[in-house]
Amino acid sequence: MRLYLKYFAIHLKSQMQYKVSFFLTALSQFAVSFTAFLGVYFMFARFNAVDGFTYEQTLLCFSTMLMAFSLAEVFARGFDLFPQMLGSGEFDRALVRPRNIIFQVLAAKMDFTRLGRLLQAAAALCYAIPKSGVVWAWDKIFTLCAMVICGSIVFFSLFLIYAALSFFTVEGLEFMNVLTDGGREFGRYPFSIYGENILRFLTFVVPLALFQYYPLLYLLDRMQNKFFMFTPWVSLVLLIPGCAFFRFGLRRYKSTGS
Amino acid sequence: MIALKNITKTFRVAKRQAGFGRAVKALFSREYETVRALTDVSFTVSDGEMVGYIGPNGAGKSTTVKIMCGVLTPDSGACEIDGRVPWKNRIAHAREIGVVFGQRSQLWWDVPVTDSFALIRDIYKVDGKKYQKNLDELTELLDLSEILKTPARNLSLGQRMRCEIAASLLHAPKTLFLDEPTIGLDAVSKLAVRQFIKRLNAENGTTVLLTTHDMQDIEALTERMMLIGKGRILLDGSLAELKTRSPDPAASSEEIVAALYKEYGI
Repeated sequence: MRLYLKYFAIHLKSQMQYKVSFFLTALSQFAVSFTAFLGVYFMFARFNAVDGFTYEQTLLCFSTMLMAFSLAEVFARGFDLFPQMLGSGEFDRALVRPRNIIFQVLAAKMDFTRLGRLLQAAAALCYAIPKSGVVWAWDKIFTLCAMVICGSIVFFSLFLIYAALSFFTVEGLEFMNVLTDGGREFGRYPFSIYGENILRFLTFVVPLALFQYYPLLYLLDRMQNKFFMFTPWVSLVLLIPGCAFFRFGLRRYKSTGS
Repeated sequence: MIALKNITKTFRVAKRQAGFGRAVKALFSREYETVRALTDVSFTVSDGEMVGYIGPNGAGKSTTVKIMCGVLTPDSGACEIDGRVPWKNRIAHAREIGVVFGQRSQLWWDVPVTDSFALIRDIYKVDGKKYQKNLDELTELLDLSEILKTPARNLSLGQRMRCEIAASLLHAPKTLFLDEPTIGLDAVSKLAVRQFIKRLNAENGTTVLLTTHDMQDIEALTERMMLIGKGRILLDGSLAELKTRSPDPAASSEEIVAALYKEYGI
């Protein structure tokens, strides 16, 4: 953990070197997700509710999703850029250093320009929390925190799987973006609006709904069952195949070298 | 001690053929070709020895180095470095070796070199006193005092290579692998790097294995050289032995090696 902070400091120093670029990128990141926010806003300017969710409730959903995603992106950017790391031979360097590989990839890249997105998520969350009509008792606060934390770990696992895939193929990984960026975009609305089948897919295959839809129902008192409070923690099982797949890819890399 | 025994390594490479039709076909069924990168490579290097490893491009030098560092796993054969199998216990092994890949940088591009060094210290868990001692020594020997505060991106290639070598030695490894450490350097930097490697080996007894294309590196540094071609060790001996193989006593070592490449058809 202390070593992670040291890496953190060196990345911060590096990115401070390019101030203008840093602020412009952060600003554009902010702008991009702001359009997503506008999308939700205009939608509700025409309709009062989507699938029974009001504007403020949807905003709560939108901002937790965005928060989870941007946290994962700030910290796990190394996995996002993993194909480049493999190509440039930077990964071989990681292999000759006496530290855990996943840790090293995690620490290899940190992207603070993504803070623009994080900031917006925080702002939207600050607006939605009092307006959503939720009575914030301890169990609700706990659930909301779990949604954000587990959500970012799920996105992290998806990044990990994406990285592991690049051990096998250099290009054609765009389809993973359907799950990560797509998950973020579609996650603006509660997943139930996309229909039964999509919801089932997002529950049992790629468990995005476990930290978005079900705990949201609990927050909004649509479900009283305490189980829904804990579904975000269930979604963490994705980390197991994620790590296993990465290790498998690594073994293959060591025997093929490309 | 480094001991390799019957190391064999093959790569599967997709066959690519020219032409659009073939490219489309390759999309569906790809033909693979097995390339033998290393065949039956065996050698030992004793503690404190310095060995030059030469061969043309694509002969398998880097593959051998990568196997000894634990980056690659061979298909068959045994490799032990001070009793450790590199690809079995990667972390314990990494702590005891130093590696310089001449073509790539391990320094963080945008921060002063000292900051990179400090992070490497923490990665290797070198304790403060020992680190300071090593750093002072390396700074003096490699003449780094002027450039330590400069960001790596502003260094010339020669300056950067000196920093790369220092970075690989901060944890005082017993074994050092240098993969083309003098590539692209000017005469002054080359001499400085050579002189340093020689001193390191003589004074600290560090085992050094370096790959190079530059025969002068070999002449200046090592008693023993190994010649590899097409994945096989063709020659393992001293430079003097090599010279006796040449019919022309006045031939430079460069010419002798070129003649050898021809003789072995590599």
